[in-house]
Amino acid sequence: MAEKTKDILFGPIFDNNPIALQILGICSALAVTSNLNTTLTMCIALTAVTAFSNFFVSCIRNQIPGSIRMIVQMTIIASLVIVVDQFLRAYAYSISKQLSVFVGLIITNCIVMGRVEAFAMKNPPIPSFLDGVGNGLGYSVILLGLGFTRELLGSGSLFGYQILERTVDGGWYNTNGLMLLPPSAFFLIGLFIWAIRAWKPEQVEEDVFKMKPHTRTSDAF
Amino acid sequence: MFEHYLSLFVRAVFVENMALAFFLGMCTFIAISKKISTAIGLGIAVIVVLTITVPVNNLILHYLLNEGALSWTGIPALATLDLRFLGLLSYIGVIAAIVQILEMTLDKYVPALYNALGVFLPLITVNCAIMGASLFMVERDYAFGESLVYGLGAGAGWALAITLLAGIREKLKYSDVPDGLKGLGITFITVGLMSLGFMSFSGVQL
Repeated sequence: MAEKTKDILFGPIFDNNPIALQILGICSALAVTSNLNTTLTMCIALTAVTAFSNFFVSCIRNQIPGSIRMIVQMTIIASLVIVVDQFLRAYAYSISKQLSVFVGLIITNCIVMGRVEAFAMKNPPIPSFLDGVGNGLGYSVILLGLGFTRELLGSGSLFGYQILERTVDGGWYNTNGLMLLPPSAFFLIGLFIWAIRAWKPEQVEEDVFKMKPHTRTSDAF
Repeated sequence: MFEHYLSLFVRAVFVENMALAFFLGMCTFIAISKKISTAIGLGIAVIVVLTITVPVNNLILHYLLNEGALSWTGIPALATLDLRFLGLLSYIGVIAAIVQILEMTLDKYVPALYNALGVFLPLITVNCAIMGASLFMVERDYAFGESLVYGLGAGAGWALAITLLAGIREKLKYSDVPDGLKGLGITFITVGLMSLGFMSFSGVQL
């Protein structure tokens, strides 16, 4: 049993990462990562929403009629997101302003909906809760990795504290403006997926189109 | 007036492209861009749904949720009510309902279009681009006309982006990509390059 709990909790972090393997929830993954403060807030918010929506849906899973289950799940998720949104507005207003629409977009984040539909509808509340936390952590690992790289290289700081002395302040580090722009998030996530798949080759996708051996560039030389 | 709408439209399509500048609708953007024909189908569905939902949510905001919006009822107790915290729940409800109604209407009156879009319509409810456009509309305080143009522009921009990506991916499957980058990885790099291209519109003065 302990082994299984561990699987539910830590499986989604590397073996079955929601972003890298299941392509879920990348919308917000990219937009909030230009600095670590917003990234961390988003991670906590998403983990909380996933875990609790999994928990509540799982509690009433036997009472939900199949035909309207989407709308029931949606209502539960939307209510939880409203709670998170109001909480951020009350206690972290400046971060909530920076996150702008992306807190609201947790509702349509496919990780939340996907886990509710795939796991919580079939499992009891406690494992569902852990599954939600696990997937939230899997999402957070990638997001924090992106946020760390983008803020460090883009503005030479972490959580707003200056780590690398920027040239504009008389230091040595010339900031890389590209890291603060949207395209860098795509490049980084592409490289991140490459790194995970180089480490775990079983995740490599099959070729859609098989090339004849002698047409490969590497064989030509 | 016309110029204002035109500039809003162009900005929504190119400068503030939903997919490439705000990363909205990414899940479907990556998952359903393997073939041009399906990508165009989904793109059209998104345009239709966005053009309807953004203005409708605009009406919901202005006549039901905003502070004092309920004063048209004439009941004094409702005149000062601020229901904006219910926004998220109502917008997603409206979107789900409209998608459902659209599906039924198309099924009854335009079966050809229904068959073409059929598979994609239910997917659209959880497409963040739809919800995102409504939330941007609220945040930027668009009037009704502006929200209509913005919905159309945002949809067109998203459709343009997914069609372009599908075109590139159709060719990409014949290329010799390093093992770990196959599929998802190389798609992200491609989208990054496209996004870089679209960044060049950000200097355009309108």
